[in-house]
Amino acid sequence: MSRYTPPEQSKAGQVFDIAVVVVAIFVALWLPLKLGLAGAAKSIDALDAKTWEALGQNPTMASIWEKLGYTPETAHDIIQNRFHYVIDWPTLIIMAAVLIGYFVFLFRASDREYRDVINEKFDDK
Amino acid sequence: MTIALEPAAPAVQGDRVSLLRVLGPAHVWALGVGIVLVGEFTGWNFSADKGGALAALIVCWVVGLLYTSVAMIDSEVTSTVAAAGGQYAQAKHIVGPLMAFNVALFLVFAYTMLEVSDAILLGDTIVAKAGVEGLTHNSFIAATIVVLAWLNYRGVLMTLNVNFVITAIAYISIVILFFSVSPWTQGAVLKLNELVTPGNALPYGWIGVIAAFQFGIWYYLGIEGTTQAAEEVRSPARSLPYGTMAGMITLLIAAAMTWYVCASLMPWEYLGITYYPLWDAGKLTGSALLENLLFVATLLAALASANGCINDAARAWFSLGRDRYLPTWFSAVHPKYRTPYRSILFLLPIALAFAFIADLNQAITFSILSGVLQYTFMSINIIMFRKKWPLGSIRRGYTHPFHPIPAMVLFCLCVVTFFAIFLGFGSQLIAMVAFYFLISLWFHFYRYKFVRRGDQFTMPWPKPQGY
Repeated sequence: MSRYTPPEQSKAGQVFDIAVVVVAIFVALWLPLKLGLAGAAKSIDALDAKTWEALGQNPTMASIWEKLGYTPETAHDIIQNRFHYVIDWPTLIIMAAVLIGYFVFLFRASDREYRDVINEKFDDK
Repeated sequence: MTIALEPAAPAVQGDRVSLLRVLGPAHVWALGVGIVLVGEFTGWNFSADKGGALAALIVCWVVGLLYTSVAMIDSEVTSTVAAAGGQYAQAKHIVGPLMAFNVALFLVFAYTMLEVSDAILLGDTIVAKAGVEGLTHNSFIAATIVVLAWLNYRGVLMTLNVNFVITAIAYISIVILFFSVSPWTQGAVLKLNELVTPGNALPYGWIGVIAAFQFGIWYYLGIEGTTQAAEEVRSPARSLPYGTMAGMITLLIAAAMTWYVCASLMPWEYLGITYYPLWDAGKLTGSALLENLLFVATLLAALASANGCINDAARAWFSLGRDRYLPTWFSAVHPKYRTPYRSILFLLPIALAFAFIADLNQAITFSILSGVLQYTFMSINIIMFRKKWPLGSIRRGYTHPFHPIPAMVLFCLCVVTFFAIFLGFGSQLIAMVAFYFLISLWFHFYRYKFVRRGDQFTMPWPKPQGY
């Protein structure tokens, strides 16, 4: 097998590639943050009676909250801010499909490239 | 973890930096524990938020099993593929260029987002300590990231030794806290029985335990980075398994002590949202000495980790440039300081941007996601490694026992962790995987043409079976 000689990349081409990488990073990672799609999906289960008892805190817990500077009113939003674990099947299926698709593509495409590497490396000898 | 390029790099041939084998098992231990220990000072406790205090303990041990599998697998592959770059070099030799490209990106983003988390922790801790109205963490975050990047740019002589000392102080502070609160007695200082009760131990039931896996990863994330130093270790076959396993044992002990003290001092609802659980634990003991010790230790752990992260992320990015997976512009070594300075400078604004727009648990989730993608790769990588070069076909520095059980355990726990991330952070997971997918398409269909094929395989091994 003949040895593959890659093309030399121009400076403009390198700058363009760097820009592509930067844009990809910010679109994929920054956009979900900007759109509020990232982070914990929690919501507050509000209570009318804001007492340590109603918040499910025993005297020991209440004394620690107070030591930390909280009152039942200020601790309410922390204690009642909960996850609600409901499995959203369509989203779960999309997530699984994206993950499986990603890994299948990764291993298959890598294998094609790996054969180039092995052929060139060992056919040279 | 830190890898000092310049003390170990007396010779530069073209843009290739050659490394000296100067490290022993103790250094490998310091590399791993140094970057990970900050996880005890913040992050792990968000697992209590997702599942309750008992869930945080359960995942501490189960995720410990995941990382034990990682350490076993990694020790075998790295003691054989003893090349700088760790998992990146492994992927190049065992799976292929596209996988190597992705693994390097996993490393870069796991470390860069960990650096972001460290900077946010440091800024928030200082602001909380100052207690000055109107003071924000922005200037402290910027100063941390810029100064550490500058140190890395200049080449941090003795970085590893400095980080070793910082890590040791932070670790000792956890031990001092543990023994100062009379852990053998309940009721005096610790009140575990009154804070973790049958009614609140698992507030979300077992699904909360699964959800807690997400932040359980943070107890140990980064220990696999010990392999980055493979080329600098005197005896990889001995030092890497010993150093990595010793690091895991150290971290398991620290994690158990941290959970026990924190869960015995504060309600799980507070434990689950605080940014500095160990500093809070110090405050709640009522001892000013412990409070100040844990405050300083929190800052030191964050600094040591961020410093190592900048160094390692830049090195992975530099490797991508050197192998032409990214523009070769990134592969330049500073003529005077012998550091990958362009990579350091390129990653600096990215870290700054995310430090200002993400909050702590979002940055940690980005880091965890990249880590779990990497562990999934590792579980498949070891199976391929044994298949392509069966035992006896090449000289292995270390052969891990019970193959393929650790790989299967690792893979299953990764699947559980993906599901855990889906529970509450699903959109973030899909966005991140979409990013890796798109950038992989870009690499495979465009960028790969710039890669020199045969140069990607440098180990003196026979042709792999099946090729």
